[in-house]
Amino acid sequence: MTISDLKQSPPDSVKSKINWARIEEADNFAKTVKLFRQGKYDEDSFRRFRLQHGAYGTRMTGDYAMVRIKLPAGEIYPDQIEKISQLSEQYSIGSAHFSTRENLQLHWVILEDVSEIFRGLAEVGLTSREACGNSVRNVMCSPLSGVCPDEEFDSTPYALATARFFLRNPMAQNLPRKFKFNFTCCEKHGMVRIVDVGLIPQIREIDGSPQRGFKIFLGGGLGNKSFVGHQLEDFTPEEDLLYTSIAVMRIFDRLGDRKNLARNRMRYLVNDMGWEKFQNLVFMERAVVRATQSVITQLDVDHTPNEIKRPIRISDESGGDTTPDGYARWLKTNTVKQSQSDYRSVFLTLEAGDITASQLYALADVIRNFSSEGKARSGFNQNIALRYVHEDDLPRLYSKLIEVGLAKSGALTMTAPIGCSGTTSCNLALTNSHRLAKEIQRKFLELKLDEDDDLSDSSIKISGCPNSCGQHGIATIGFFGGGGRVGKDMYANYQMSIGGRSDGDTMLGQTLLRVPAKRVIPVILKIIEIFKENKKSGDTLKTWIHRVVNGNEDSAIKSIADIKKILEPLIIPPTIEEDPDFYLDYGSDTSYHTKTGKGECAA
Amino acid sequence: MCRLTDFENVTTDVDSLRSEIRDKSVRVIDVRREGDYKQDHIPSAVNLPLANLLSDDSPERVLKLINSMGIDDQTPVVVYDDTFGALASRVAWTLEYLGHSDVTLLETTYSHWKSLGLENDSNVPEIQTKEHSMNLQPDILATSDYLETAKTRDDVILIDNRERLNFLEQHIPGAISLPYRTLASNDKILRSKEDMKRLLENRGITGNSEIITYCGSVGTLSGLAYYALKSAGLPNAKLYVRSFKEWKKLEKPTEKQEDASYWDLSAE
Ligand code: SF4
Repeated sequence: MTISDLKQSPPDSVKSKINWARIEEADNFAKTVKLFRQGKYDEDSFRRFRLQHGAYGTRMTGDYAMVRIKLPAGEIYPDQIEKISQLSEQYSIGSAHFSTRENLQLHWVILEDVSEIFRGLAEVGLTSREACGNSVRNVMCSPLSGVCPDEEFDSTPYALATARFFLRNPMAQNLPRKFKFNFTCCEKHGMVRIVDVGLIPQIREIDGSPQRGFKIFLGGGLGNKSFVGHQLEDFTPEEDLLYTSIAVMRIFDRLGDRKNLARNRMRYLVNDMGWEKFQNLVFMERAVVRATQSVITQLDVDHTPNEIKRPIRISDESGGDTTPDGYARWLKTNTVKQSQSDYRSVFLTLEAGDITASQLYALADVIRNFSSEGKARSGFNQNIALRYVHEDDLPRLYSKLIEVGLAKSGALTMTAPIGCSGTTSCNLALTNSHRLAKEIQRKFLELKLDEDDDLSDSSIKISGCPNSCGQHGIATIGFFGGGGRVGKDMYANYQMSIGGRSDGDTMLGQTLLRVPAKRVIPVILKIIEIFKENKKSGDTLKTWIHRVVNGNEDSAIKSIADIKKILEPLIIPPTIEEDPDFYLDYGSDTSYHTKTGKGECAA
Repeated sequence: MCRLTDFENVTTDVDSLRSEIRDKSVRVIDVRREGDYKQDHIPSAVNLPLANLLSDDSPERVLKLINSMGIDDQTPVVVYDDTFGALASRVAWTLEYLGHSDVTLLETTYSHWKSLGLENDSNVPEIQTKEHSMNLQPDILATSDYLETAKTRDDVILIDNRERLNFLEQHIPGAISLPYRTLASNDKILRSKEDMKRLLENRGITGNSEIITYCGSVGTLSGLAYYALKSAGLPNAKLYVRSFKEWKKLEKPTEKQEDASYWDLSAE
């Protein structure tokens, strides 16, 4: 039992300048749920209403919802974390879940309690409005924006301004389908080519003076069918950012497929129409928007710099300079140097994005005591970044994290796989991708694979069905769930792909073969083994696989077919008598089946 | 000195308790462990560790305990703990069950009392034994047999006050989940009356029903819920005091949320 009496936030706690919430939405939601229960609101309209307010359905039941709290640009403040800790104990299962899109989710919430969560969120300025449904989803920003050594400028204020502009904006309430913006810091940290609108900050010399702008990518996205986005033009000046966004959304709104649920993301429109035609439409539409919008329609970008203030140390509890065991490993695999000297950004390793109420509660204080910007960021990989930690404070931070169980190593390596929620709550899931991610992590940390430099830039990502919430398509080694069968006995079976990436050379992984859930770990280990035998000096697993899938490898392993041949013996299913465990999915002690509920278009 | 005994006032606020202590018009019961009590406690409080009460909570024994704490039928009693009010609730409910009507919970926990800088000491008060009558209130108690028939009635609501994850894994069929943590607000053991009413109303827990609460084993979390219901003006409540532990031991039917591996979300 945990009890986290909410104390008053200390006065020096940094608070969000933006209030995303509207308290009336809580009352309105409660009222609508009642009407729905009384049968005065039909199933479909209620569903639309519920999704617009950020409440998803839950696996196999109409009684529970998942509330998806948006963290625009990934930013989260200590008072908000404390509140979410409390809400998770009150209305959820005593834990919260960081998603791959910088949302923080509360699962297994009773539908009738959702409005109470809205109330709590409003106290700290957060909302789940338009976190689901056919609207502009959470606007993402790289967790390193503002501190990345390779970025040209900090895109965070632009991400926040974009989120503000579209939230509750009538033009974004009824799009053909969801619409996603990702801002990033630089090419390397990526994620801009797999989204409706992806943006990389750029500075151009124009008439002798530097001009801010973006490289904009359109029409990418991961899903049942995935596409890589196209670059709109060489350089989009910042004044054109909003006009371009509005133009793209208008085209999508007008021409997007509203009938065929499976093909209504913008990437299909771009693909069907052909990129050049789409590109021209955007230019034309943008000219119209520019000409017809009043001058005041500009993004309200707040350029006031964040205050950077190293927290004052009241007492030095660590008493001396003894660094705890594992510090060097953690420092190497969980922290990165910032462009600001003496500061590092620290990534906290979670297990498939899960964090307990008491860890959240402790985290709020950790942020206050260690981050000189007084807030945290949600990362791209179901994790949390604490930025502006002074180098001298790192050992103390590490000790503190050990105390609260958040000091696991490997956050920035292949040993921290992504797993979507899978059968833990998702209606469409075929496998427990969530648990598989945790199993891989535990095993690989035990094997100390996080310390292996050859593996650190690779990634493992797992989805519980062909929809790509787990982003398997951009993983070095990716999996999506399905079912396999021997006679009448079914087992969880993953389709594996390799070679995906989301950086400057973004490409989707290539299908390799199907791997039973209980063989996933040995198969990955085998791939690592083959790589070690065949690698050239300077190779990482990622670069080696890249060569293989592109047919540029000249060693014994020349193609994915060669890899497949080696792996095939590992995936032969035993009979149920030989190995009954093979037929159980991870985390389940009953026989495997592929029952699913009605989709609300993934998660 | 006359004391406000509004029927729905299930808690006593800090200020009132302090003046009642000054007036010596109240019996304060500290239900924490003996060691904690000995270190310090609210002035004039007597100690009744919950474990002590539970070791034998037959009416005869409880009556003896009440007498030995100097409580007669007229003595106002305030109970506190350091466990968000759940242990205190179980003791308060037991007093009520024996027929003592003037019993309330301190609105906050002992830690919070201390963090406010309020007075405490380690003196053990001298108590004169009193004579309390025995007037059992079976109306506020639900036994497993009673529950089994009652829960088939339309006008009975069964509430499970354990954590959500426990509920999903196994619960009494027909129960609704209202985790004990939902009942508190920041530093108070219970939400304000309006907040509580809104929460319960949203959940369809309203005045016309009989409400039975249960939790994991001894009726502490559900004891708190019993008082939460009263605070919101729903006095028609019963505590299934032996709770889920007994229900399972008796091998009565249970239910669970099927086809979802929710426990894998719990970040253990
Ligand atoms: S719909 Fe998304 S969250 Fe659900 S199982 Fe499929 S990939 Fe995972």
